[in-house]
Amino acid sequence: MSEHISSVKVYVGIWAALLCLTVVTAVISFVDLGPFNTIVALVIASFKAVLVVLFFMHVKYAHERMTKVVIVSAFFFLLLLLALSMADYTTRFLS
Amino acid sequence: MSDSPVAVEQHGPELLHHFTGVEQQRDAASLGMWLFLATEIMFFGGMFCAYLVYRYWYFNEFAAGSRSLDIWLGTINTAVLICSSLTVALGVRAAQMGKRTLLVVLLILTLLFGLVFLGIKGVEWYDKFKEHHIPGASFNADDIATGYPQLHINQEHAQIYFSLYFAMTGLHALHMVIGVGLFSVITYFAWKGRYTPNYYTPVENAGLYWHFVDIVWIYLFPLLYLIDRKPLR
Repeated sequence: MSEHISSVKVYVGIWAALLCLTVVTAVISFVDLGPFNTIVALVIASFKAVLVVLFFMHVKYAHERMTKVVIVSAFFFLLLLLALSMADYTTRFLS
Repeated sequence: MSDSPVAVEQHGPELLHHFTGVEQQRDAASLGMWLFLATEIMFFGGMFCAYLVYRYWYFNEFAAGSRSLDIWLGTINTAVLICSSLTVALGVRAAQMGKRTLLVVLLILTLLFGLVFLGIKGVEWYDKFKEHHIPGASFNADDIATGYPQLHINQEHAQIYFSLYFAMTGLHALHMVIGVGLFSVITYFAWKGRYTPNYYTPVENAGLYWHFVDIVWIYLFPLLYLIDRKPLR
């Protein structure tokens, strides 16, 4: 049950992936993908965030289930805030 | 056959007596930090929600405002923050392994990356100040319509974009300043040799905070800088 110590190789690999994705998202923004520009940018950002949470913040190796419940519920309530708010504002033209 | 009915386990001063062991103490500290980060997620969440609503209503001004930001400085700052996250992660690893000198070096590197980020952010804000893009009496966003020949820029709507830009990057920068303060204190104690493989909770938790602030920027960068960069027709 002792804590997990990741190897330097893992950290440097994640760091390199994050830097590559930063360059990719900046370059792709100059390409006209129509409405997909925003979607691609957000998917890349979310992928980067997941890499940071799992590897830099050690959630992948966390053995305390309560911590995982807190993390998942935090993102769930954020999603609730954003999704329900936008469900209102984006459908007002229907009324 | 012991002398005392209650077995008293011997442990170092770093382990508080109400925990069964260092692992449980560490898990409890980590859980508490994540609870705090959950409140931080909702704190920033309110601003992200306001951003989404106004971006949906005033997309043209948001696109033009986004184009007026310096994408190169934004990209460099994203890279700087990612580098600082690496040095923090390696610093926590050094603390886990009890490598004091390496920990101090990595923490100082983190502080330097944090200050470089704040410096670049300051340059960007100063540019916005010179361009009269700071919401207020002398706000003037006529110049951001350049390249959008058909577009009429509504000054009030453009002010909302820049208000959100300054509020969100400002709140993020405030978190960076707090993080730099935290790590300054932790660097001092690390240099004093306070952290051991059995007790490095402040390093770990300040690291979690730093990574969280990094994640906020990972979202701010595409949302503020990359709204509309595609070639204009």
